[in-house]
Amino acid sequence: MFDLDRWQEILATIRQNKLRAFLTGFSVAWGILMLVVLMGSGEGLANGIQHQFRDDAVNSIWVRSGQTSIPHKGLQPGRTVRFTNEDHEVVARDIDGVEYITSRFYPRGELAVSYKGETGSYDIRSVHPDHQYLENTLVSKGRFLNDLDIAEYRKVAAIGERVKDGLFGDAPAVGEYININGIPFRVIGLFRDEGGESEEEKIYLPISTAQKAFAGGNRIRMFMLTTGEEELAKTEAMTEEIKQTLAQRHNYSPDDRRAVFINNLNEFFQRFVNLMAGIRIFVWIIGIGTILAGVVGVSNIMMIVVKERTKEIGVRKALGATPGSILGLVLQESVLITAVAGYVGLVLGVALLEAGGRVLPESEFFINPGIDLPLALAATALLVVAGTLAGTVPALRAARVQPVEALKDE
Amino acid sequence: MLRLEKVNKSYTVGQNRLHVLKGIDLEIDGGEMVSIMGPSGSGKSTLLNVLGILDRYDDGEYHLADTLIKGLSETRAAYYRNQLLGFVFQSFNLIPFKTALENVALPLYYQKVSRRKRNRIAMEYLDKVNLVDWAGHLPGELSGGQQQRVAIARSLITRPKVILADEPTGALDSQTSLEVIEILRAVNREGTTVVLVTHEHDISEMTDRVIHLLDGVIGHEQTNGGGPKPAVAGDGPEARAGGGD
Repeated sequence: MFDLDRWQEILATIRQNKLRAFLTGFSVAWGILMLVVLMGSGEGLANGIQHQFRDDAVNSIWVRSGQTSIPHKGLQPGRTVRFTNEDHEVVARDIDGVEYITSRFYPRGELAVSYKGETGSYDIRSVHPDHQYLENTLVSKGRFLNDLDIAEYRKVAAIGERVKDGLFGDAPAVGEYININGIPFRVIGLFRDEGGESEEEKIYLPISTAQKAFAGGNRIRMFMLTTGEEELAKTEAMTEEIKQTLAQRHNYSPDDRRAVFINNLNEFFQRFVNLMAGIRIFVWIIGIGTILAGVVGVSNIMMIVVKERTKEIGVRKALGATPGSILGLVLQESVLITAVAGYVGLVLGVALLEAGGRVLPESEFFINPGIDLPLALAATALLVVAGTLAGTVPALRAARVQPVEALKDE
Repeated sequence: MLRLEKVNKSYTVGQNRLHVLKGIDLEIDGGEMVSIMGPSGSGKSTLLNVLGILDRYDDGEYHLADTLIKGLSETRAAYYRNQLLGFVFQSFNLIPFKTALENVALPLYYQKVSRRKRNRIAMEYLDKVNLVDWAGHLPGELSGGQQQRVAIARSLITRPKVILADEPTGALDSQTSLEVIEILRAVNREGTTVVLVTHEHDISEMTDRVIHLLDGVIGHEQTNGGGPKPAVAGDGPEARAGGGD
């Protein structure tokens, strides 16, 4: 392999027919280029989809109340379904597989929020402590709500970084009291959110406190829960169970699709995961197909080369070339052409992806196209294997050349 | 040096079996210069191929330099060809994209001699055939006579025991032919056995012994006493007209 003479022999033969070597290499380079661009784009698409799910836990089920739309047990349609704390407790207690669960109650009307003369209008959500796991809330200072806050109806608030910036500026916020509709709440923590800046303009209050302070009674607007590591089928069963439970409790038909809206994000996410897997397989099939076409091309050309060089091979054998050395010569040439051409294709493909990532307009669905190092290495290994495969048949044919036949003068 | 005992060789052509060598007995001593003559189809090229381990034979025995050459693997055959034999062909068979020097050095490449060393030796052999000035030229830039001299240098570089030449002058005009034979003669004088196939009488007359092959058997042998005859250019004006490289 590291025989300098051998390499010089190979380079000499390649130099003999530059155009042919170039065309051969081109088909391989093109194959790799396509594979890299396709895989990189697939990656960009996958990143885009991941981005869509960045805000909420992908293993969650969201339950919102609505209005009945079909008559049930003599009751007219059009009744509003109202969830209560009891619904939350029943679901938390009776449904198997619930990991985290939280309810949400939105105080009615616009609530003014102020601190020492600074006022602002912010989205206020009153929730259970588990909420932070559903919305990917990242506590940056202090703490989030806890069970004691709920149990003791504490007037505390976790505020987003943007709320803090708006009300406090550079001054410390944790431990200070903000005023919500005339009621003071102590700031217990700050948070960031994967979901972006709008998610950091929120204020979270303990649901029990908010229900009391803002005349909520025991009503809740919605609740959501995560399903841990449960399988998709299990989460679908859970969704069905929740539907049945709520239908019974609120006296509506389980077939009523407008009474309660249940979104199982597991399903959505699984759908996208499947889609991405499909795209990946598709990309590989096309890429491998293209490379295969290139390999067949190389094999074909090497075949012609061997045929054209039959006489030369015969001479070499007469001079003492062993079949092994002829085999190695052809194989090595094949590997060299594929490897070099493939590498060029790889580099061009990566460059193209980089350029594309810069030139293409920002898109929520196409983020950071590119391929990672292991994949690039795998592609390179694939090339060497492909080159060997491409060279095998022609090389064997070359090794079998009979000097007598080759040296016959036509 | 070369000893054939009842060597048979036949080819299958389509459905027919073609018996080419019919029990050849032949002995060529070391240091001899022998020519093989015969009409086309008499089996002389096949005989030379068997002698050159380029082709197999069916039965009998062939000893080359006291080694039985029979049923060798390709690799082993390549080894003996490289070590014991040198080939000179009618159509020279130089590798077109290699310079004269590289062509001469090629057999040493298969002996794994380093590039520098084999190029140095190749230059010595080019000197023997008076082509040092052409070392960097490709075969296509050389005349037929020059190409054949390069080929002879190539056949000599491994210091083989036997040089096998298949119609070495077949593609050359008579003046150049004489030069080439002179070189082979000189090689022979240094102790190398030379076997050549030819159909030209004035070439065969310059060898020690002529073996006439007819229809796959050795017809008669003739010994040319006392080395080469003086080079007679009895072929008229064309010999002179075509001369020179």
